[in-house]
Amino acid sequence: MTAHEQFAEDLALYALGSLEGEAAVALDLHLEECAACRQELARLQGDMALLALTTSGPTPPQRARQRLLKAIGHEPRSLRTVFMRRRWWTLAPVFASLVLAIFSILLWRENARQRDRIEALRGDAARNQGTFEEAKHLLALLTDPSAMHVTLVAAPSKPQPTGKAIYMPGNGALMFMASNLAPLAPQKTYELWLVPMHGDKPMPAAMFKPDPNGNAMVMMPPMSPGVEARTFAVTIEPEGGSVVPTMPPVLLGS
Amino acid sequence: MAELYDRYAAVVYSVALRVLADTGAAEDVLQEVFMQLWRHPASFDARRGSLGPWLAVIARHRAIDVLRKRRPQTDLEDVVIAIEADLEGKAERSRAVEKIRASLHAMPDNQRKALEMAFFEGMTHTEIAAQTGEPLGTVKTRIRAALVTLRRALNA
Repeated sequence: MTAHEQFAEDLALYALGSLEGEAAVALDLHLEECAACRQELARLQGDMALLALTTSGPTPPQRARQRLLKAIGHEPRSLRTVFMRRRWWTLAPVFASLVLAIFSILLWRENARQRDRIEALRGDAARNQGTFEEAKHLLALLTDPSAMHVTLVAAPSKPQPTGKAIYMPGNGALMFMASNLAPLAPQKTYELWLVPMHGDKPMPAAMFKPDPNGNAMVMMPPMSPGVEARTFAVTIEPEGGSVVPTMPPVLLGS
Repeated sequence: MAELYDRYAAVVYSVALRVLADTGAAEDVLQEVFMQLWRHPASFDARRGSLGPWLAVIARHRAIDVLRKRRPQTDLEDVVIAIEADLEGKAERSRAVEKIRASLHAMPDNQRKALEMAFFEGMTHTEIAAQTGEPLGTVKTRIRAALVTLRRALNA
């Protein structure tokens, strides 16, 4: 006899509520884990219901109806409300699942965000480690007594000679200033030349010698009026000057 | 609730009266069953069976509790009723009830008596055996045979 057959005999009594003692307890336990027997029990209850319905005939007196409606009036709860509440509870698992799903998605996104943050922090940590190593080496260099310390300053340079000429071709007025000129060798002089706009032969304008600081000034030397100048130049010439400038020029107008 | 009462009060009352054989006590059961439905409508789940048969079974449980002067033994939500799909309609159910009535009349007296003692009087098989003076196994067999007869009548 299989377990189902064994319990089938008791199921009829169980459905009637006539089974008792250990047999009822054993069937209770079996029903918890056996869907087939639960189904058979439900069918037997269906048979019981039809058996109960065979009694139909007598109708309750009218006073029973009034008594019930009066009692209900004292408990003003609407079926509709309660049924609605029941439907709400019926939907509770659906809501719970939905909330759980949303919560899971949020958690998943939060996890992803935290993973990204961890990756970013790892990158930062690596960079910080590099910076730290660099600072450590720098500190060692600064504090090591065997390190060579050299202070560098701007390299001394010789001031370059410069000159400025102001010339009015119309009346031949000329002014010339120079600085940082090198001292002249004995028997030598500086000579200022006007390079004409037309014709290639420079014209001597003045001879001069700088002071001990290398500065010199030429003011209003005798010049022929009406000569257009392309530029001016300064050369070093023998004492008394030259007719033709000695190359190269010390100063040349741009 | 008034509508539900008008539709199912006779079912509940008939069952209670059949069990208790007392109109006042049957009215009390009728009142109690509908008040319970009013207070705990969620205890009835349409997936567990139609309301009429379910109320009939609940009425039978409560009436037997009253008969045996005991506290309610059955949790309303534990009552699960499987009614064949073709018995869901009122007309089909009436035909099925008629088949059951006919089957009850046709079955051997000792079978019907054992079934009625268990169903309408709420007696345990031990109590039935003690009252009828028959062996326990015989009582069990008779009750089961009666239910098998009913099932066959329904399937016929």
